[in-house]
Amino acid sequence: MDVNQYLGIFLEEAREHLQTLNRCLLDLEHDPNDLHVLDEIFRSAHTIKGMSATMGYAEIAELTHEMENVLDMLRKGTLKAHADIIDTLFQCVDRLEQLVEGVANGHTEGVVDVSELSKKLASIAKGEATAPVEARQAEAPAAAAAEDLIELNETEDELVKSALGQGMRVHALKIVIRQGTLLKSVRAYMVMKAFDEMGDVIKTEPLVEDLEKDNFGNEFSVVLVTDLELDKVRETVLSIAEIDTVTAQPYGAPASTGKNPPEPLALAVEEKTAGGEAPGAAPAAEVKKAASAAPAAAPDKKAKAQQLLRVDAEKLDSLLNLVGELVINKTRLQQIGLSNQLLELTEAIEQMDRVTTDLQSVVMKLRMVPVSQVFNRFPRMIRDLSHGLGKEINLVIQGEETELDRTVIDEIGDPLVHLLRNSIDHGIEKPADRVAAGKNPVGELRLIARHEGNNVLLMVSDDGKGLKPEVIKKKALEKGLVTKAELEAMDTNEVMRLIFLPGFSTAETVTDVSGRGVGMDAVRSKIEALGGLLELESTTGQGTRVKIRLPLTLAIIQALLVRICEETYAIPLGSIDSTINITPEDIRTIQQEEVILLRGQIIPLVRLGRKLGVTGAADFSPEQELFVVIVQAGDHRIGLLVDALVGQQEIVIKSLGKLLTGIKQIAGATILGDGQVVLILDVNALG
Amino acid sequence: MSDVVTAGDELKLIVFKLGPEEYGLDILRVQEIKRLMKITRVPSTPQFIKGVINLRGSVLPVIDLRTRLELTENELTDAARIIVVLVNENIVGFIVDEVVEVTTMSRENVESVNSLSNGISAEYFSGIAKAENRLFILLNPENIVNTTQA
Repeated sequence: MDVNQYLGIFLEEAREHLQTLNRCLLDLEHDPNDLHVLDEIFRSAHTIKGMSATMGYAEIAELTHEMENVLDMLRKGTLKAHADIIDTLFQCVDRLEQLVEGVANGHTEGVVDVSELSKKLASIAKGEATAPVEARQAEAPAAAAAEDLIELNETEDELVKSALGQGMRVHALKIVIRQGTLLKSVRAYMVMKAFDEMGDVIKTEPLVEDLEKDNFGNEFSVVLVTDLELDKVRETVLSIAEIDTVTAQPYGAPASTGKNPPEPLALAVEEKTAGGEAPGAAPAAEVKKAASAAPAAAPDKKAKAQQLLRVDAEKLDSLLNLVGELVINKTRLQQIGLSNQLLELTEAIEQMDRVTTDLQSVVMKLRMVPVSQVFNRFPRMIRDLSHGLGKEINLVIQGEETELDRTVIDEIGDPLVHLLRNSIDHGIEKPADRVAAGKNPVGELRLIARHEGNNVLLMVSDDGKGLKPEVIKKKALEKGLVTKAELEAMDTNEVMRLIFLPGFSTAETVTDVSGRGVGMDAVRSKIEALGGLLELESTTGQGTRVKIRLPLTLAIIQALLVRICEETYAIPLGSIDSTINITPEDIRTIQQEEVILLRGQIIPLVRLGRKLGVTGAADFSPEQELFVVIVQAGDHRIGLLVDALVGQQEIVIKSLGKLLTGIKQIAGATILGDGQVVLILDVNALG
Repeated sequence: MSDVVTAGDELKLIVFKLGPEEYGLDILRVQEIKRLMKITRVPSTPQFIKGVINLRGSVLPVIDLRTRLELTENELTDAARIIVVLVNENIVGFIVDEVVEVTTMSRENVESVNSLSNGISAEYFSGIAKAENRLFILLNPENIVNTTQA
């Protein structure tokens, strides 16, 4: 079989399961007795094993197989999950990650050595194993079948009884489809079709609709009324491809089948499983049982399987581009309708406007990804870092379901890692110091995401020692980033912001965790490149909080068009505070800088025409009416002086291309309805 | 070194004018030729970058070849065109006074620019093509687009 066509699916699913493993192992570390978590770990490990065996990645399969043995013993309670075992399991996950990435890069063998870990796992398994492996496997399906019978309601019970009364046979069957089967629903359909030919299906678990929609794990159960023998039924089902095992049991009045009542007939048929798969198949049946017994453990997994569709991100991008074009053309039609006063056209355009707006919001939603995609990897990182530094840290994540544009998600990971590392390394103290300061020895690190208006707010806060303004001042002076006079003029907030300057690092010693002096500067420029804002609050001794405000989307925005002489520019509405009319008399000067007063606040005035070098940007006559757009530039407001306000409109952000990257003041370009290219101002760079 | 690459010994050139001089660009580099359209000026860019235009929904920069090659400026007439060229995976427009023709010539007739001594920086050119009593100056688009050179 050529497996290459499944490589993408394999990688994606393997990564997902590794993610799950990491998350669950962390949970397990907190509560070693949580059986649901163990089950989930087992399921993920097993799925990876099945997938990799099918794809022919022996090393991954071998390692997961050894993991399974240990996990199974943990689950059975024959082994206690102490720190050593969990650490070993973490190492396994790391190794698996390397192996999977190796596969992604085209190396199927020998990327890393797994033999040592395998041995370690094996010795863990041997050292404390109480039940022989074979006995365990023989037990497993029996237990599974006994407990996993479908429960019938009264009507169904009646049906069974009357069927039995008529001398028919009633069988309860549990069908396990092979792990990693791509078209489970098709297999399920084939099984159901076979049943329909043999008799009547009274009940399925889950419902037939769910089976058709692929909305089930790897197994399902059926109660069948037929006149055929159990063996015959099982044989028929097993003849269907990719059916792993069929566990069957006669139902109801046992006398009619002539079997011994207290001991239900249970058969795990493994003839269809290939080679090394066999030992894993029986536990798999068990795992699934556990899953259905504890639906709360993995409901999200099942719900997802039903609706998700994997689409190449490039296709979404081109869809977005097309919608962008549509928006541009719609705007153009609107202008034609307005300037020609065509009532009918205007009406038609209004309809179209509604549709395009909906279309646009749907496409934007398609691109939205929950931040959990980024947040997921943090718990593990925090664990490793805090262990390494001898600190105890409790990471609290909130709002991970908050969604952001995919492009933002891709970029936000690194800055967040920087911030979290800073908090762990410089912020949160060692347990002894914390106790001395009268704090809980366990430091708290919060990572919060939530919506705020048209923005998404990401917040990283810790209850560590906070920033010390004096230390910052000293450092900044030492590094020559500021002068003494400048420092004296600064308030505490401004001092805090000094840490965002390039070349600043507060750690006494540079560790591998942080402190290379590039961190905060890099964080700030990244966030600003994404059109976001960064705020920092810190109280000495109580902790630090960094807020990141990000726009929901980067592709289509509302903007205000302004005119300066003959040139038109777009200002993103998100950064506009207000627009006001002034006359030249309202302009005052402070230290040769032009300012205006707005509700008692002094706001620096920027003459856009001069700043952007517009030819013909002339001085104005004293009684001329002037327009000022008040915008938020970084942490302060400025007024942009323009000749006229053209209007508010939706614009599609386009890049200026490689040749023109790095122009300050300009964030991009857009094309108006009339085909004219208009530049979008980067107000942060105008301040 | 030469950017003029065509199969065999044949060379197909787009011939255009800047003032009285005739220039040539390898036709394989040229995507299309547009009439002059409204160009949006971009602040804080070198003089020779005239601005950006809208080419069927994408934004591309336009270079004024006269300014770039340090020729005297003149009013653009109706004959002026924007030649859209692919350079280092970027699409760029060149403003020229007039597009004359497409001509085919033998590679043997191309001389290297070392023999050129008219004072203009030679790095913008990849050679000179001679045909009967005409001379075509062949452009080196990579160096023309390169903004790191003044």
